[in-house]
Amino acid sequence: MNFPIISSLILLPSIGALFLFFINSKNITGIKYVSLFVSIINFLISIYLWLIFDQSSYEFQFVESRVWIKDFINYKVGVDGISILFIILTTFITPLCILSVNSSIKNRLKEFLIAILLMETLMIGVFCSLDLVIFYLFFEGGLIPMFLIIGIWGGERRVYSAFKFFLFTLLGSVLMLIAVISIYWIAGTTDVEELYKLGIDPKYQNLLWLAFFSSFAVKTPMWPVHTWLPDAHVEAPTAGSVLLAAILLKMAGYGFIRFSIGLFPVASEYFVPFIFVISLIAIIYTSLVALMQDDMKKLIAYSSVAHMGFVTLGLFTFTQQGVEGGIFQMISHGIVSAALFFSVGVVYDRTHSRRINDYGGLVSVMPKYSILLMVFVLGSLGLPGTTGFIGEFLILMGTFKKSFLVAVIASLGVILGAAYMLWLYKRVVFGELTNQKLLKLIDLNKVELSILTLLALSIIFFGFYPDPFSNTYSVSVENFLNEYNDKLNSYNLQNQ
Amino acid sequence: MINLFFISTEIFLSLSILFLLLIGVFKKNSESFIYNFSCIILLVGLAININLNPQFPVDLFNNSYKIDYFTTLIKSVILISAFLVMLCSLNYVKQNDILKIEYPILILSSILGMLVMVSSNDLIVFYVGLELQSLALYVLAAFKRDNILSSESGLKYFILSALSSGLLLYGCSLIYGFSSSTNFDLIYQNSESIEYGIIFGIVFVLVGLAFKITAVPFHMWAPDVYDGSPTSVTVIFAILPKIAALTVFINFLYGPFLEMFDQWQAVIIFLSIGSMVFGAVAAIGQKKLKRLIAYSSISHMGFALAGLSVGTNEGIQNSIIYLIIYLIMNIAFFCCLFMLKRENQYFDKVEDLSGLSKNHPLLSLSMMIILFSLAGIPPLAGFFAKFYIFTAVIEQSMYFLAIVGLLSTVIAAFYYIRLIKVMYFDEQREKYDLNHSIGLKMILVVSSTIILIYFINPNIINNFVSNITII
Repeated sequence: MNFPIISSLILLPSIGALFLFFINSKNITGIKYVSLFVSIINFLISIYLWLIFDQSSYEFQFVESRVWIKDFINYKVGVDGISILFIILTTFITPLCILSVNSSIKNRLKEFLIAILLMETLMIGVFCSLDLVIFYLFFEGGLIPMFLIIGIWGGERRVYSAFKFFLFTLLGSVLMLIAVISIYWIAGTTDVEELYKLGIDPKYQNLLWLAFFSSFAVKTPMWPVHTWLPDAHVEAPTAGSVLLAAILLKMAGYGFIRFSIGLFPVASEYFVPFIFVISLIAIIYTSLVALMQDDMKKLIAYSSVAHMGFVTLGLFTFTQQGVEGGIFQMISHGIVSAALFFSVGVVYDRTHSRRINDYGGLVSVMPKYSILLMVFVLGSLGLPGTTGFIGEFLILMGTFKKSFLVAVIASLGVILGAAYMLWLYKRVVFGELTNQKLLKLIDLNKVELSILTLLALSIIFFGFYPDPFSNTYSVSVENFLNEYNDKLNSYNLQNQ
Repeated sequence: MINLFFISTEIFLSLSILFLLLIGVFKKNSESFIYNFSCIILLVGLAININLNPQFPVDLFNNSYKIDYFTTLIKSVILISAFLVMLCSLNYVKQNDILKIEYPILILSSILGMLVMVSSNDLIVFYVGLELQSLALYVLAAFKRDNILSSESGLKYFILSALSSGLLLYGCSLIYGFSSSTNFDLIYQNSESIEYGIIFGIVFVLVGLAFKITAVPFHMWAPDVYDGSPTSVTVIFAILPKIAALTVFINFLYGPFLEMFDQWQAVIIFLSIGSMVFGAVAAIGQKKLKRLIAYSSISHMGFALAGLSVGTNEGIQNSIIYLIIYLIMNIAFFCCLFMLKRENQYFDKVEDLSGLSKNHPLLSLSMMIILFSLAGIPPLAGFFAKFYIFTAVIEQSMYFLAIVGLLSTVIAAFYYIRLIKVMYFDEQREKYDLNHSIGLKMILVVSSTIILIYFINPNIINNFVSNITII
């Protein structure tokens, strides 16, 4: 057996966290450097994984499997063209989060970094687990560190938000646990690869699909169970918001691809109208809500709900463009929303206000910041030349193939997206500098500048040149859709 | 003689109790010595018990007493947990002025009763064991006799328990009347046709047993008794009688009445759902930690019963895994309670935890692990306990039970994370003492480590249980 590269990706942050646990908490620089070092090493490993990853194959690669609970569950991990991108997103965002703690986290820095590193372990685990129980463990385990991140280091209403986050997500996922156990008894295994081959009896699929959906819908979040997200985002510290928006939301989108659609094709086809309707509501309704927000973080949170609405729309078109667009949109949103939350964090650290009305005219005091924020806003509204455009464009193309009306309504969402993002930018950056406190603001420091520049460059670079991503996932998506159609056709043949 | 050899654990315990009583009577100021010595006795008893583990089941005294792998395992669990409980409550007992010679001796006699219960294969032997256990516990509940709450809890426990014993005894007599035997094996042979008298008898016995494990609707005594008794006795209540009573559930239901599974299954499901839901809902408003843990243990017993309601070997095995993990979590939780003291005064209110994480980071870290585990959040041990139970439940397509159970874990999660909120998000208070005994610290560290890293190799605990075959 080769070197267990995936397991080491999963374990390394935890080992780092364990190491941090034994460092004296007064040694702040030591703590920061250790955690940064660990997360950067992890990023490099994941890049190496990407380089040696065979893009021409749709098989799961680097698969590791060993007995975990005897006669019951195997520990099985591996990556394919879809999941590897999410792993890279995770390992890319985490070091940036760790860099950003300099200014935003004042107390209990050590515990915070331990929580972030544990989060990284769990998130990577979610994206590469090939067993339903292992997936559930990683998926649910994320609740503990995130609850603490929001609750300990959050803003004023942190307790309310942390509880809401915890209970909403837990309620959603217990039903998934029942579904996972049911699958074990129906199909005799929880191994995802085996399940793809065996298929699940169509008569159970609708209920199982709904059970998985209840968990993913809360986590995505889809309308009407999205209400925890604005609260959680607003109260979480910057790094927490970034992790939440950039990666945690993607776990559900990834779950839709890997499990909902992959395991239950018949049910997925059956529920397409349902998904389309609530995705459209999410896109239009939350965009309108976002327009009326006076809190910057809340506005971005609602925009996340709208963007994830696009993702679910794209995934459930079952067209090459739609699914690829959904995946690309998730990666793009991961980078863009992370960047936006970092940007809000930058001004929040200086003024301790997130209210849009407290700002205005920032361009005259923080020119560098204003330019970078421009890039992120444009990326979020999907201007051609940014990553946001490619995702939304592909999704709409896929949707047009499926239904003209849905695509037209979804396109309205793009316009609304432009409206609220540009209006936000106008109110924050342009206009007269009325608030005297803003005069004293200092432009970005080196760390902030490097985080934001890195994100801006990747938004523009992959906006013009998306091939590194699309090459990675296209074979897997193609095979994924072929299998989907095969299963659906054989089911339809049986029923005729 | 061979009969006597196989019960040498019980004989050893009885002789030691008599010996300790004699020492207590003739030697003054021997309380500490007796306490420490009884810890050692438990360990020796454990060694004897493990040594006895027979290759195949042994029936003793005309089939009224049986020793097999299952009973040996449960007895070892009882002896180990009794040892741990005594070790971790040593300082509490000393500082609260309840270290009398009777205290350890009463604990030992209730343990002896439990061992008899676990091995019993006859209604009368079982009843004798149950009463020996209960009588010792009545006295222990009221042990702090100049404290009003403690006396009240002792009295309350005694009256209600006597009532339930009465029902149980009535049930036994019905069963005897309709099957003309008190022996489990003979009852099994004689009760081939289903008679209502026997079903009534089973229900009455189940009521009595449900009382002992605080299953809803026979739970009313638990919060008051848990709260009123000294904490060192509460920890015994929370763990030991439940293991013994649940074992009797298994022996009793899956022994003589296996064929009547359809008849009693509904009762167990009812007890299970009631306990899970009620325990989760009622704990939300509690302000005292001991009351809260009482409701939490009601809810946990519901899960263990869910495993028994399934009617498969897996269900029983998973219930026992649940019980083992439950007792590890509870011992750890009570260790934390024993550490909340300032100048010999112990604290047990929720608000006393306020801001604990700032003054005592390690204590609150282990408390947090325990609480998340009690709530059943992966990847901690408590999650696996529930996961196994639901695996067995869903195998028999009992979806209603599974869904109710899992939804009640969400409700229960609320009050567990409320404690975490109090510890981590609230303002800090005065520091607590740090001079805890080594034993207490060790038990807390080891048990919370087990809870934390159980997921790395779950087979270590599962292997003990996977040999159990009841049906």
